[in-house]
Amino acid sequence: MLNPVSAPAPHAPLLSVQGLGVTYETGAQGFWGRPKSFDALQDISFDLHAGETLGLVGESGSGKTTTGRAVLRRIKTSAGKIVFKGNDITRTDGEALRKLRRNMQLVFQDPYSSLNPRMRVIDIVAEPLLVHGLIRHVDEARDRITELLRVVGLPADAHDRFPHAFSGGQRQRIGIARALALQPEFIVADEPVSALDVSVRAQVVNLMQDLQKELGLGYLFIAHDLSVVRHISHRVAILYAGRMVEIADRDDLYDHPIHPYTEALLSAVPVPDPRTQRQRKRIVYGGEVPDLVNPPPGCRFSTRCPLATEQCRKDAPKLTERSPRHLVACWNR
Amino acid sequence: MNISAMSNNEPLLEIDRLKVEFDTRRGLVQGLRGVTLSIGRGETLGVVGESGSGKSVTAQAVMGLIDMPGRIASGDIRWKGRSLLGADGERYARDIRGKEVAMVFQDPMTSLNPVLRVGTQIGEVLERHLGMTRKQARTRSEELLAAVGISAPGRRLDQHPHEFSGGMRQRVMIAMAIACEPQLLIADEPTTALDVTIQAQILELLAELQQSLGLSIVLITHDLGVVAGLCHRVAVMYAGQIIETGQAEDVFERPAHPYTQGLLRSTPRLDEVSDRLISIDGTPPNLVTPPDGCSFQQRCPLSGEACKKAPQLAHIRPDAEAACWQPSTPAWATPLMTPSISH
Ligand SMILES: Nc1ncnc2c1ncn2[C@@H]1O[C@H](COP(=O)(O)OP(=O)(O)OP(=O)(O)O)[C@@H](O)[C@H]1O
Ligand SMILES: Nc1ncnc2c1ncn2[C@@H]1O[C@H](COP(=O)(O)OP(=O)(O)OP(=O)(O)O)[C@@H](O)[C@H]1O
Ligand code: SF4
Ligand code: SF4
Ligand SMILES: [Mg+2]
Ligand SMILES: [Mg+2]
Repeated sequence: MLNPVSAPAPHAPLLSVQGLGVTYETGAQGFWGRPKSFDALQDISFDLHAGETLGLVGESGSGKTTTGRAVLRRIKTSAGKIVFKGNDITRTDGEALRKLRRNMQLVFQDPYSSLNPRMRVIDIVAEPLLVHGLIRHVDEARDRITELLRVVGLPADAHDRFPHAFSGGQRQRIGIARALALQPEFIVADEPVSALDVSVRAQVVNLMQDLQKELGLGYLFIAHDLSVVRHISHRVAILYAGRMVEIADRDDLYDHPIHPYTEALLSAVPVPDPRTQRQRKRIVYGGEVPDLVNPPPGCRFSTRCPLATEQCRKDAPKLTERSPRHLVACWNR
Repeated sequence: MNISAMSNNEPLLEIDRLKVEFDTRRGLVQGLRGVTLSIGRGETLGVVGESGSGKSVTAQAVMGLIDMPGRIASGDIRWKGRSLLGADGERYARDIRGKEVAMVFQDPMTSLNPVLRVGTQIGEVLERHLGMTRKQARTRSEELLAAVGISAPGRRLDQHPHEFSGGMRQRVMIAMAIACEPQLLIADEPTTALDVTIQAQILELLAELQQSLGLSIVLITHDLGVVAGLCHRVAVMYAGQIIETGQAEDVFERPAHPYTQGLLRSTPRLDEVSDRLISIDGTPPNLVTPPDGCSFQQRCPLSGEACKKAPQLAHIRPDAEAACWQPSTPAWATPLMTPSISH
């Protein structure tokens, strides 16, 4: 049942995001009692090909989840374009949006709260099929679900059990089986392993990689753990305070970071090896991630950046290509 | 920083075969099942292990924070050789806790009072434990905020916790913890809620304080990288027990216990790319009915007949211990890491 998707034309991306922006309301009242709003995301652009993983990294509040939800058309966008398999889907709605959503699925961070504790595993995995009207009763999909559970490595008798009977890693597998039920081509995985212990994290990461090879899935893999991202991604994008500061092929980004923030971020990740870790040069900048509601003008890293100049505090730098496939937003690098 | 030369032999804190139980609806949870651990002066000890392995309960027991439905079932905790348990111990402990031993928690928001100014909260510690006047306390609080790297400390004292960012709140917690110049600081996941660049600031601060105050630190974390950067010694916990201790370099380089080996193998590294991560099959045992014998049995590739009897923590080298019948035997085939993908 899990047929490999037919490969798209070699150079056409599965997903192309161009200049995406998202605005949220703050809840606070602004002038004339109008709700105050702020830009949570500005000018986000990237391409994702079938069978490819884009790792999306950034600190808390940088806009990773917002990017994932916007791309899946679950929240309103304020600027830019989302193109999926060659079609502009930015304004798709109604029945067309429902159809589209089958093809794009989400795997959540928290394997404990994202599954309904009162539903059996079979009902959880079958729910998307029911919601999309592909089956009328769970029993019609029994074989299909058995196959799905096998694919994600859950025991065959998992069907009729409830989520509490499973460990965190197993629950995350249930979440993945559910996301796969509609045979999507694109999955947003929002911190899928962050809540798991290291010793079981690899089980889920390996499963995701195997499924990708088998089914040609495209992943937007959201994480704040740069070590896991290095492992699973083909390309990596770094967000800072709602803007993309750098995007490049995986090893290029890790071995030759260009943006001062990327550089600091990579140097701050501790390596589990005392000799290496104690010799590593850490770049520790003072200061804090800026408040998005009152962001600094110009480059959002300028409040912490040692290279900041007048220009940085006035104008926001745009992403520009520095070497093939390596884009950076910085005036002085 | 010279990390290995500073500890001496006299232990400051000793935990001796400590058992802690929780009476829950699910049954009697054996949170700690005989934990033995000591820390010397000026030493930094990292405590690592999976979720639920007993790291926090160990710290809570030292700080006297085990509350209903929990209780210390047996064992001892000694500070400079004197017990902190029992009626006599309780009295002694009141003089020690918060003063000679202080603690920093994972989530600063739950341990700071949201309605009190930060200066009032630090000042209270100083007035209570050191008998300072309000004026003295204010001057000292300002120095303390400066010491943990908060700029404009005088103005900051008059602000409330919600006006501080996560990293700054953690600095305030550290300032309060070091207010009485403790000899031991217990930090339970002090950086887990923080972003990596902010985490780096806090770890740097802890290393500085360790140096300048000659502080001993127990650092509880699940991040092996954090341990590698800061700790002299490591204790690895599994299912309510310490299963390996040793010098950090040694434990990382030649882990003796199969669980430690597995943990290191499954930790992805920023500086290496492998084509496949390695995991440990299975999950930790249930602590309501822990298995007889070695608690790692169900997941251990080396498990055999002998493992049905529980192994005790025993010396495998002069300064290293492991609780395993076959210590230092590779539990998984080498190489540790699959070769890097070449380009
Ligand atoms: N529904 C919402 N309404 C208003 N503001 C929001 C909403 N959702 C998110 N935000 C804000 O938008 C910004 C980006 O949030 P987002 O959840 O995308 O961050 P993130 O990178 O996923 O962070 P984390 O690592 O903490 O999950 C944050 O400042 C957040 O507070
Ligand atoms: N108040 C409590 N009531 C019942 N059981 C408890 C309580 N506190 C801890 N436990 C149990 O004691 C064991 C050890 O818990 P502890 O909090 O020390 O784990 P930990 O190693 O700190 O884990 P984590 O990494 O998730 O913080 C667990 O099985 C836990 O469920
Ligand atoms: S644009 Fe300026 S402030 Fe921003 S990162 Fe580059 S040098 Fe720093
Ligand atoms: S005692 Fe046996 S089961 Fe336990 S870790 Fe050692 S070899 Fe494995
Ligand atoms: Mg998020
Ligand atoms: Mg804990």
